[in-house]
Amino acid sequence: MFYWSNFSDFLNMGGYALYVWGSYLVTVLVLVIEVLRLRSRNRALRKTLISEFNETPKN
Amino acid sequence: MTIIGLIIGLGIAPTDHQQGNSYRIIFIHVPAAWMSMLIYVVMAFWAAIGLIFNARLASMLALSLAPTGAIMTFIALWTGAVWGKPTWGTWWVWDARLTSELVLLFLYFGFLSLHASIDDVRKADRSAALLAIVGVINVPIIYFSVKWWNTLHQGASISLTKAPTMATQMLSGMLIMVFAFWMYSIAVALYRCRTLILERERHTTWVRETV
Repeated sequence: MFYWSNFSDFLNMGGYALYVWGSYLVTVLVLVIEVLRLRSRNRALRKTLISEFNETPKN
Repeated sequence: MTIIGLIIGLGIAPTDHQQGNSYRIIFIHVPAAWMSMLIYVVMAFWAAIGLIFNARLASMLALSLAPTGAIMTFIALWTGAVWGKPTWGTWWVWDARLTSELVLLFLYFGFLSLHASIDDVRKADRSAALLAIVGVINVPIIYFSVKWWNTLHQGASISLTKAPTMATQMLSGMLIMVFAFWMYSIAVALYRCRTLILERERHTTWVRETV
């Protein structure tokens, strides 16, 4: 079923390992960074909002 | 879904007889390039709605889409460069397709920095919307650039009008990756939009009750 006969062939990508894995790695990296940054921004915002609301009593 | 797409793309699909295994970059290059154009159109649409009907949520949605669109454009350019090196022998050429995609990246940057440079959010929404709407003209230029000009970039492998010129396994692997990129983009843009809503509506009582 698989095109590759063994795992090291798969890693080698027919000699194009640097290009293929280089593009995949950067893609994954960029997407992971985007999600992590967004999550920390969301959490920080919630934190400041909660502390703001706790300081000022509900009117 | 991404995992299935990657298994088919990297593991099962046969090799391209012209390009060898370097073509496996296609499974992220093409979805990212499609998303970069699609997100731009959607972003400009919501920006226009926000401009015309003065709808705050539409403008927020447009602003939420922009960073993800820029990232997709970057991925398309990056993987294209890394693919171009072994295939064309160069990282970059000033070819119509490549140049117009680069212009798209700058349009995203322009949208974001214009928005960030204006303090009044609604004013920023409106100015950035104008930029986005004018920039839409670039999207058909990217799409048809391989037809209009004689470019180094190959023509479309898939079109709605004729049968795709690729093996079934390559095609299925790629389409699954396209859907995976869709899902990713929608999820991230909506998450960013939720954050933006909280930021902008922080003085309302419902935010106070929600957080």
